[in-house]
Amino acid sequence: MTHDHRHDHDHDEEMSLRVAALERLLIEKELVDPAALDELIDTYEHRVGPRNGAQVVAKAWTDPEYMAWLLRDATAAIASLGYAGRQGEHMVALENTPAVHNMVVCTLCSCYPWPVLGLPPVWYKSAPYRSRSVADPRGVLKELGVELSGDVEVRVWDSTAELRYLVIPRRPPGTERWSEEQLAKIVTRDAMIGVARLQLERAK
Amino acid sequence: MNGGQDLGGVHGFGPVLREGDEPVFHSPWERRAFALTLALGMLGRWNIDMSRDYRENRDPVDYLSSTYYELWLKGLERLAADRGLISEQELRSGRGLSSRDPAIKPPDAARVRELLVSSRGAKVNEPVAARFAPDQRVRVKNRHPATHTRMPRYCRGKTGAIAIDHGVYVFPDTHALGLGPKPQHCYSVRFTALELWGEPRRDAVYVDLWDDYLEKE
Repeated sequence: MTHDHRHDHDHDEEMSLRVAALERLLIEKELVDPAALDELIDTYEHRVGPRNGAQVVAKAWTDPEYMAWLLRDATAAIASLGYAGRQGEHMVALENTPAVHNMVVCTLCSCYPWPVLGLPPVWYKSAPYRSRSVADPRGVLKELGVELSGDVEVRVWDSTAELRYLVIPRRPPGTERWSEEQLAKIVTRDAMIGVARLQLERAK
Repeated sequence: MNGGQDLGGVHGFGPVLREGDEPVFHSPWERRAFALTLALGMLGRWNIDMSRDYRENRDPVDYLSSTYYELWLKGLERLAADRGLISEQELRSGRGLSSRDPAIKPPDAARVRELLVSSRGAKVNEPVAARFAPDQRVRVKNRHPATHTRMPRYCRGKTGAIAIDHGVYVFPDTHALGLGPKPQHCYSVRFTALELWGEPRRDAVYVDLWDDYLEKE
């Protein structure tokens, strides 16, 4: 789990050869369809990502009934916007409030809600985040720029099963008249993991 | 297994480093390793718990010094050979020496798209009774299976409270070994920072745990 943030040329070359050898073999044996591989890559590199989750959050902020549904049955509420399937089969939405701050980790691997956030970033999968977020969440949050007062309860959700968690960040003050579309633009991936707070400057 | 993957509470890894404008994949080979893993998984010769087992079941030094998709690739090579999709000799030589089982039908691009969206996950529609109720105090068993488990070390022997009953799910410990889904309730269990780490902070960790991991306090 090291080196992910560095780029060691020899390692890259060794891995390239090793993957290419396996891919050639699997194609030769007709165990994979090359067009299916392209489809998988295109889906997760270009079509599925945190813009989906941002739509969910923006709708929840502007539609109290939808928010209630999302908190009661996140899988169905999220699927109603067209986001469903692999690694998002069993969703739970966690609402941040002035009293409670939620953040999500997977200490055992890299479980992450793909349909709403896409594939996880390297830091989320890294040993520092996986080891420290459960034991020292405030330290991790502070390092990532989120300082919480002692009276806010931090809840860390360790995704050890097949439940996938989406944090509903707090809606920034000053956005009361904003449309759902405007709001979706300010919701970031890191806020939906629970390691960032939303700031208004981003949207203007 | 008490392996390199079980990282909660381990010290010494340093700060969390975030990368600005991070790409989805950092090298072309990562794309291929990712896609091959999903595509071969769709042949149905193994399940997600076996995939996780194959990535983590190795010398912790190897686990911790491999990059993320390197672990995926290493797990995939072993799974493909152990589950009979390719032979050891084919894996070593990189050349196909026999034709595939004609019963195997690799999904095409359209089928892949359907499979991604229609994935049903691990919830089981069976009326299995819950052993615990919301708010009930429970203790995580002090057990150390040498095989795949999703019970992190940092919560073993600790006492928490059932926060959410998620319903009936496949049990990874048996599923990873090919011993069946053993359906049972899975809960989010709330542990205080005081219980887990001896620190009187106003914080809690919620861990998803199955009935078989838990006992009455």
